[in-house]
Amino acid sequence: MTELRHRIAKDTEPPLQQHPSEGSDSELKAEKDGLSDSESKVDSGVPEVPVPPDDTPEVLNKALSGLSSRWKNWWVRGILTLAMISFFFIIIYLGPMVLMMIVLCVQIKCFHEIITIGYSVYHSYDLPWFRTLSWYFLLCVNYFFYGETVTDYFFTLVQREEPLRILSKYHRFISFALYLTGFCMFVLSLVKKHYRLQFYMFGWTHVTLLIVVTQSHLIIHNLFEGMIWFIVPISCVICNDIMAYMFGFFFGRTPLIKLSPKKTWEGFIGGLFATIVFGILLSYVMASCRYFVCPVEFNNDSNSFQVDCQPSELFQLQDYTLPSVLESITGWTTVRLYPFQIHSIALSSFASIVGPFGGFFASGFKRAFKIKDFANTIPGHGGIMDRFDCQYLMATFVNVYIASFIRGPNPSKVIQQLLALRPDQQLHIFNSLKAHLIEKGLLPAVEAAA
Amino acid sequence: DGDDRLGLPGDAEGEWDFDSKTDTPDVPLSTADTDNTPECLSKALQGLPPRWKNYWIRGVLSIAMISGFFLIIYMGPITLIFVVMCVQIKCFHEIITIGYRVYHSYDLPWFRTLSWYFLICVNYFFYGETVADYFGALVQREEPLQFLARYHRFISFASYLAGFCMFVLSLVKKHYRLQFYMFAWTHVTLLIVVTQSHLVIQNLFEGMIWFIVPISIVISNDIGAYLFGFFFGRTPLIKLSPKKTWEGFIGGYFFTVVFGFLLAHFMSQFQYFVCPVEFNSDTNRFTVECEPSDLFVMQEYTLPAGLQNTLKWKTVNLYPFTIHSVFLSSFASLIGPFGGFFASGFKRAFKIKDFASTIPGHGGIMDRFDCQYLMATFTHVYIGSFVRGPNPSKVLQQLLMLQPEQQLSIFHTLHSHLRESGMLPPAATQAE
Repeated sequence: MTELRHRIAKDTEPPLQQHPSEGSDSELKAEKDGLSDSESKVDSGVPEVPVPPDDTPEVLNKALSGLSSRWKNWWVRGILTLAMISFFFIIIYLGPMVLMMIVLCVQIKCFHEIITIGYSVYHSYDLPWFRTLSWYFLLCVNYFFYGETVTDYFFTLVQREEPLRILSKYHRFISFALYLTGFCMFVLSLVKKHYRLQFYMFGWTHVTLLIVVTQSHLIIHNLFEGMIWFIVPISCVICNDIMAYMFGFFFGRTPLIKLSPKKTWEGFIGGLFATIVFGILLSYVMASCRYFVCPVEFNNDSNSFQVDCQPSELFQLQDYTLPSVLESITGWTTVRLYPFQIHSIALSSFASIVGPFGGFFASGFKRAFKIKDFANTIPGHGGIMDRFDCQYLMATFVNVYIASFIRGPNPSKVIQQLLALRPDQQLHIFNSLKAHLIEKGLLPAVEAAA
Repeated sequence: DGDDRLGLPGDAEGEWDFDSKTDTPDVPLSTADTDNTPECLSKALQGLPPRWKNYWIRGVLSIAMISGFFLIIYMGPITLIFVVMCVQIKCFHEIITIGYRVYHSYDLPWFRTLSWYFLICVNYFFYGETVADYFGALVQREEPLQFLARYHRFISFASYLAGFCMFVLSLVKKHYRLQFYMFAWTHVTLLIVVTQSHLVIQNLFEGMIWFIVPISIVISNDIGAYLFGFFFGRTPLIKLSPKKTWEGFIGGYFFTVVFGFLLAHFMSQFQYFVCPVEFNSDTNRFTVECEPSDLFVMQEYTLPAGLQNTLKWKTVNLYPFTIHSVFLSSFASLIGPFGGFFASGFKRAFKIKDFASTIPGHGGIMDRFDCQYLMATFTHVYIGSFVRGPNPSKVLQQLLMLQPEQQLSIFHTLHSHLRESGMLPPAATQAE
């Protein structure tokens, strides 16, 4: 995006005052002239990726026709940013079901964008089945993951319906059989002259699945933990993007990494502090609201999701004694905080320090395949993948963080596994559990007679 | 297997493909394709024509490998785990070496270091999960192990992230595309090789029979299909492997089903093979002693009427496991070869004859194990779906990690469930 534009301006001298979000062919060719000399020795014969046409809506174009192209770009980006953030609020309001749908749609779109890049590079060879097989594998992996999630959270619903019960009992076997079918179709589709390309595309599909699909399911797991675990990480990443941009714009001087020449150390550090502060404030606002804090549960009687519970300790105000340094500065002895706010510092730090590596990875990928953006879905911003490249690392981190520091295993899953055991194993576990609970004082000892 | 006699790049068959016009990197020839036959064998077989010499070498090495297999089975579970790990590392090394040959010619930094680092990270993650499951008591005793076990996922993820960031920092301006290809190469290799080798180990803990029978079935299918193809082969099976024939395929199928049946019947009698491997915390050793489960207890089956008339038996005494072995054999013969075709396609795609020259006459370790991996995954899924439920010790472990209120509610649920199924006397319970 902005980084590539700067590179072009430095390397060549074409009249690049035109609208940067209009991906025109001349821009790409100019880039090729400037760069492909040195790279052509190494990556010979790079097929050109066709550039999608500009996607700015007419109404915006008309309204901004008077301004110079640079300001026009910023206005377009600004308006679209506000539009995306408003959309985010709306879907939060609409509830968990809608959020799940949106996550699924985003995942499909990201997958589509990445596969389209691969396809457009190798399309000229008329390879059979590539797109069909890629979508098939996407369906298989999604079926596997959604099946596991659905079985966990909708356990009672699944037990009631007979076909669902069979599907869930043999779920792994069915998923594996579906995947194997795709695998065998791939082997049968190998064409003599194009083995290597086909293997590369097979690898491409699988790595994409690994990145996009697994992490979108971790997002959904986070969501079920409580909507706050979904909203706060995403907001922290967005805030870090915006704040690093602002700090870099006003104070930026020292370049951060060769891969993204427009990023600066000042933006990086400023973004870190701004995001931590933002995270603390946002968690404070959200931790008081049951709608955000309670785990999402499926109520079998009303057949709908509900978010109603006794908030856990994380979301109850506690008194913390300030260390003496801060005491002397602020004059307070204790401060009331939600414990969650302290966790949010860890989340914000990750979003600011390690999150950008996801962005660098995507930048490197775009440079490697000589594309400016993943697609042109969002005017001024590029494709969905461009907006979500930092989010994926964040989602995995939040999931690992929750599992390691917050909660233990999922109780409904444990019950499910318990009921699947043999009766003698169940009895053995029952006795161990009883002994454990009596030891802890949760059960009166008179129960021992039962 | 050596029947895909690939020539040098651009051989006479006209396999010159348009791939060379694109940026998919080519694989330069290497010394791995040279002969590796030990001196003593070469001397002993000097007199014979090269075709027979090849057969003898393959035969001798086959017998050597099978003997090696028996030896490590005899030595027990710990050795088996160790050998599985070595095989996995060697397969990973072979595949990465192929990629490295491409990479190295451009003097790209860090590729091998990063690949091995990712291998160690993923292995640490998987072994940590397995060890924590099976060695629960041992882990609880030692303080540092307890800490590592509790934060295991976080530590693994942090290690992986460190490698990821190193990769991003190592990107060199002119070689982005190659570096991304190699990153993906490493990850796909890890996905295939490492995850499936851990499924092999989980199968092993189920009972050594679940490890030995699938591997033996794949080997017997290889040998059976080869022999049937050698004597009766006529119709080619698939363009990808021109030496495979339909006669070999079908003959191998029946041969394998019979072989699997007999092997399963033979092995089901021994506790050493049939019992789950458990770690005895008192003696600090593995034990294989138990009451054999229903699968390994002889049962009478009534033959269907058709077979009754042919054989004049009314019932037959079988271990239920032998029926499962028929399914395992069918998979090994019908779907297993696709793993071999995949590897053949891979070798053709990158114009290599064998993955490496580790085993004379046979190629690399990966050449021998390409069909095994699909089999290991299938066995694991099969066990999970049709044979056993979840692991009880793991369930107990998870139970003890829950919040006390959750434990209480699960306790009551389990209590009523057990009362319903009659495991607990209903009259004895008072108001809870």
